Amino acid sequence: MAGKRLGRETVFLANPPAIVGAATVAGPMEGKGPLGEYFDVVTEDTLLGEKTWEKAEVKMLQEAVELAMKKAEVQTGDIDFFLAGDLLNQIIASNFVARKISRPYLGLYGACSTLAEALAVGAMLIDGGFARYVLAGTSSHHDTAERQFRYPTEFGVQRPPTSTWTVTGAGAFVLAEGGHGPLITHVTVGKVVDMGQKDPNDMGSAMAPAAAETIWQHLQDTGRRATDYDLIVTGDLGRVGKPITEVLLKKAGYDLSPVYNDCGIMIYDPNQDTHAGGSGTACSALVFGGYVLKEILAGRYRRVLLVATGALYSPTSAQQGESIPGIAHAVAIEAADVVDIP
Amino acid sequence: MEYLMAFLVGGAICALAQLVMDGGKLLPAYVMVLFVSLGAIASGFGLYGRLIEIGNAGATIPLPNFGHALVQGILEDSARRGWLALLSGGLRATAMPLTMSIIAGYLFALLFTPHGKSNG
Amino acid sequence: MEANERQKQAYKALIKTRTPPRPILRNAWRAFLVGGLFSLLGEGFMNLYTGVFHLEVKEAGPLTSATMIFLGAFLTAIGIYDKIGQWGGMGAALPITGFANSIVSPAMEFKREGLVLGVSAKMFTIAGPVIVYASLTSVIVAAVKLLLKGG
Repeated sequence: MAGKRLGRETVFLANPPAIVGAATVAGPMEGKGPLGEYFDVVTEDTLLGEKTWEKAEVKMLQEAVELAMKKAEVQTGDIDFFLAGDLLNQIIASNFVARKISRPYLGLYGACSTLAEALAVGAMLIDGGFARYVLAGTSSHHDTAERQFRYPTEFGVQRPPTSTWTVTGAGAFVLAEGGHGPLITHVTVGKVVDMGQKDPNDMGSAMAPAAAETIWQHLQDTGRRATDYDLIVTGDLGRVGKPITEVLLKKAGYDLSPVYNDCGIMIYDPNQDTHAGGSGTACSALVFGGYVLKEILAGRYRRVLLVATGALYSPTSAQQGESIPGIAHAVAIEAADVVDIP
Repeated sequence: MEYLMAFLVGGAICALAQLVMDGGKLLPAYVMVLFVSLGAIASGFGLYGRLIEIGNAGATIPLPNFGHALVQGILEDSARRGWLALLSGGLRATAMPLTMSIIAGYLFALLFTPHGKSNG
Repeated sequence: MEANERQKQAYKALIKTRTPPRPILRNAWRAFLVGGLFSLLGEGFMNLYTGVFHLEVKEAGPLTSATMIFLGAFLTAIGIYDKIGQWGGMGAALPITGFANSIVSPAMEFKREGLVLGVSAKMFTIAGPVIVYASLTSVIVAAVKLLLKGG
């Protein structure tokens, strides 16, 4: 298939799908953050009238998914593939929403990189002619993540300054073939990178090498400079991981600083006591789906590189003394009138 | 005066534990295990009893006291039961706090619900 | 890609200056304050039991522990012990109130998984190691002492 691959690891989408609908449902804390007004829905609390936080997370993802389809003016029956993932064991939030959606479902797990993974796979399905409409979604919830990965929520444990705060929220996106909206032009699927970091309280350091690796690969493959983008935004490297990524890329000859930001840093105010920033699948979903997309539609960003990052470990692997492997997937998005062919 | 000593000794033990946790980057559970074991060992040397004389509640409130109470419980029970006290003495002496833990734990779990951390 | 030892060490060195250090002194000071305050409370209860209720130290001691456990459980249940812990660190975790917090918090948390497999099974996930190691060490220490005393 000529013309579909660029360099070693990047896919060029000759029929770029458009993001024709996006919806973000955020928790109260996220609503109080600097981007609060960009989210479609801000919930009053983290239970949403449900009995458990897990059920609440399902509800948030469900709401996001339905709202995204509404905004895209598509029916559930139009969706050819539903791609979703979350942080819960066996990705149950996505599974239970898929149960309701009842369309062909591909569950994904990329830890906090799941949004980019879903957009990447969805974009390739459409560009390859395998789908006309793809629904991509992801969710995370602070309390479901805490009780699964760390400690009971009422436990008086002290969080070190490198720790991040799992974002409560959900984001959903409808991708369409030949539709009207920001276009996904390139996809660089990441490789797992493990530099031996073992501290689950410092995921920024664990994931930064993967982010640097993917960004480097993407820029190499496309021949672009960092400044060819108006914004390069990583998922949740936070205040610790972001500077490390910048340093790593500078050493490789790329200066990101004029255009580089991180969703984990953007989503919370420093006085919200989230230490190194936000994390979780919803971190990139809320910031990208809420803020970045709206800025693209408003003409303020023409070309954006979304690089969601994930820490691919489990409480068991950490307890067994294993290090934390990281991954990052890059998705290049362009405003509809800017697409150029490399 | 005894209140001051309680404050100082209790605070000092906790501060030491904090230094160990931050310095060694240890998980809280490891530090708690370490300190309760140290309490038992110190008890064996008669040192923890001395600390209690100095600091009263400052020494009995922190976790090392649990180790101390177990050791002393065994030793006291050994007067009556000899070697069997190794199996009986510890829990005998700490029956009250342990039972309270279980009952209070269950009761409060029944009556209360965790309210989560991120409601603003 | 998994880095080799040399690469791992190089990365570790690179990030050393870029990761925020723990505020060791500030944390130790806060632990001192919070731990001291809980000890004060305990002292108060001890004096109450021995002075007002005229209990022997032998009884007042465990009863004070039980009281402090109840207090810690209550503070956990109403949702403020986690905030005390975030601020006070070991000053909140090491006193016996922290022991209670480590029992009540998982008990509450896993109520949603039922009273048997949730509350009861998870109650000692954090406190369990403390009880196990305290028992282990105390048995060994006492055994040594009994041996030295001549059995």
